[in-house]
Amino acid sequence: MIQAIVFLPLLGAILAGVIALAGAHARNPSGDTVEHGHDDHAHGSHAHAAHDDHGHDDHAHDDHHAPAEPAAAGTAAAELITTALLFVSAALSWIMFVNVGFMKQDLLVHVLPWINSGDLQIAWSLRVDTLTAVMLVVVTTVSSLVHLYSIGYMDEDPYRPRFFGYLSLFTFAMLMLVTSDNLVQLFFGWEGVGLASYLLIGFWYQKPSANAAAIKAFVVNRVGDFGFSLGIFAVFMLVGSVDFETIFHAAPGLTGKTIDFLGWHVDALTLTCLLLFMGAMGKSAQFLLHTWLPDAMEGPTPVSALIHAATMVTAGVFMVARLSPLFELAPNAQAFVMLIGGTTAMFAATIGLVQNDIKRIIAYSTCSQLGYMFVAMGAGAYSVGMFHLFTHAFFKALLFLGSGSVIYAMHHEQDIRNMGGLKDKIPFTYITMVIGTLALTGFPLTAGYFSKDAIIESAFVANNPFAFYGFLMTVVAAGLTSFYSWRLIFKTFHGRPHDQKHYEAAHEAPLWMLVPLGVLAAGSLLAGFPFKELFAGHGIEEFFRESVKMHPNIIEEMHHIPETIALLPTVMMVVGFIVAWLFYIRRPYLPVELAGQHPLLYKFLLNKWYFDELYDVIFVRPAKWLGRFLWKKGDGFVIDGFGPDGVSARVLDVTRNVVRIQTGYLYHYAFVMLIGVAGLITWFMFGLGGQ
Amino acid sequence: MTIGLGHYLAVGATLFTLGILGIFLNRKNVIIILMSIELILLAVNINLVAFSSFLHDIVGQIFALLVLTVAAAEAAIGLAVLVVYFRNRGSIAVEDINMMKG
Repeated sequence: MIQAIVFLPLLGAILAGVIALAGAHARNPSGDTVEHGHDDHAHGSHAHAAHDDHGHDDHAHDDHHAPAEPAAAGTAAAELITTALLFVSAALSWIMFVNVGFMKQDLLVHVLPWINSGDLQIAWSLRVDTLTAVMLVVVTTVSSLVHLYSIGYMDEDPYRPRFFGYLSLFTFAMLMLVTSDNLVQLFFGWEGVGLASYLLIGFWYQKPSANAAAIKAFVVNRVGDFGFSLGIFAVFMLVGSVDFETIFHAAPGLTGKTIDFLGWHVDALTLTCLLLFMGAMGKSAQFLLHTWLPDAMEGPTPVSALIHAATMVTAGVFMVARLSPLFELAPNAQAFVMLIGGTTAMFAATIGLVQNDIKRIIAYSTCSQLGYMFVAMGAGAYSVGMFHLFTHAFFKALLFLGSGSVIYAMHHEQDIRNMGGLKDKIPFTYITMVIGTLALTGFPLTAGYFSKDAIIESAFVANNPFAFYGFLMTVVAAGLTSFYSWRLIFKTFHGRPHDQKHYEAAHEAPLWMLVPLGVLAAGSLLAGFPFKELFAGHGIEEFFRESVKMHPNIIEEMHHIPETIALLPTVMMVVGFIVAWLFYIRRPYLPVELAGQHPLLYKFLLNKWYFDELYDVIFVRPAKWLGRFLWKKGDGFVIDGFGPDGVSARVLDVTRNVVRIQTGYLYHYAFVMLIGVAGLITWFMFGLGGQ
Repeated sequence: MTIGLGHYLAVGATLFTLGILGIFLNRKNVIIILMSIELILLAVNINLVAFSSFLHDIVGQIFALLVLTVAAAEAAIGLAVLVVYFRNRGSIAVEDINMMKG
């Protein structure tokens, strides 16, 4: 069964890929660069680019979104195949979830041997314990709903088979990641989702901004992956194996060991965990390596929902939970995790306050929520972090798909300043978005309420130098979350419409898109309470068993915190809501005045703490300078000047001069002959002849 | 003054030198080059005949006759080549004949 869950998406990806290739071939049988078709499409996507980039100052753009070229044959087949296979996979995952979680039937399926090299033994195998089962459910459920949604959302794009192929490929890679039994297979899945993310962010490759965003996501992730691979090497050096079982078995014996690096003694486990966490920071867009996530919103909205909110970005959280036996033994690394998590939760929330692009607000919200999850990880309450991952997948996918529905209704308008009053036009989207927002802000009894409160409580009781910092940050961020989420709702759905033309034309999305919204809304409301005991209550021991190693007693302590602390997040949520209501419904002039009074702060937040500019100065420009230097001086001057090209250039110089002797005039040749004969005779007469 | 071998050789050398100079000082006309070649051959002939007479060896004079024959054939072929060349290129100026220029 687990084989079916993992490999059905791969099958779907391959079939869709074949259809996409056949379509590409039919479009362009000769294989040369297509001038005609390409131009047409580029034109069509210019319209896209215009909407996405300059939507706010471009009110007069045309409403036509007719496909520039017809979709290839078999597009419907590709959609149906991938979506159907994903639904099968999702159904099987839920069965698997029940089997593993409640029937305690953990699985370890050996698929193929992979690498056998000396001590290094790596096999493809599928490991399913409760932790994996949770991820399976999250990934396949959200992915199948996103597939369904994409049938509606992408219906104007001629390259749908490619899109669905990528989506299924992503799902396969993510499933490989969560079912891996060793670090190397985990890394395979890790890079696989990175690749799929790159391909999907750059799906509209005619847009330069999409290409730039895709490259940025890939490069920033490489930074994290560098640390991750170093971490894997360190684990192999310490343990001699990359299998989880072996590592966890050997881990208690590693405490106190040191690694000597250039005469510097570092605690081995702390260093390893920090390196591994660096990978998690990159993938989960944590503070310092977060810059790619907001830009990743250049991709199609279903992609943002699936990859950049619900599943891929939580891979880092999953990885830390999977390696919890290691992190549990490295308290310093845990403290760092908590520090980064708390900082990200706060920092992303502050940026989210002032953004105007509907998708970017949600992207920063994702970033912030990932910070929450890491706070729980740092506190040692791994199952609580997984709980938030689980619930967050529902409501964040819902919010993204809802915003996609808004964008669809507004003809690819993404700026919330140009929206307003949409609640009467698209009531279903409005209701589901409100449900998602309630869950995100932690309204009592919604999914987010249970998981978020559990995280804040775990931070409060954690035995960690940064515990109070994490607690403070998450509480404040809860208020900010509430504010920016309701700001989004109020500016989009309430008030007066700012763009009358689009407002008039706004319409509810087709059924394809509404069904996933409805399902996810139900999940956002219901995913909390039934699972509360399993993830953050007394059922943890029974439910998770060996798959995560919790900090001892933390769950017990979480249940004995003061009432006031337990109520704090809810209070912050209400405060955030009231402030947002005051700012955007009651007295809409207030935010403008506030921004006017604190222009520096406003600019600072609007420009995302100037991280992009900072990185540009610190990394991008020196890298470009170095590249230019090596190109111009190293390659152009040294290699081409003195290397192979230089030698051949000198030979050419010589021949060029020699060639000039050949004048072609008869008398020149005759003269040379005469000189030669004279010389020869002279030599005979006075040299040889003399003897 | 008796005219001895030295005089004949001097005339031959002078003619030879004139022929050589005619080849590479001349910038005008290919026909002049042909004529210069004839001049060189004649200089050689004078040498041959002079030595033949001086050494009382008839072979030199016979060889001179052979050279004259060859020179006549050479002049005929050379002029024929020249005519064909003129037809093709429209010019027999030495300056224009430089197709072998590198």
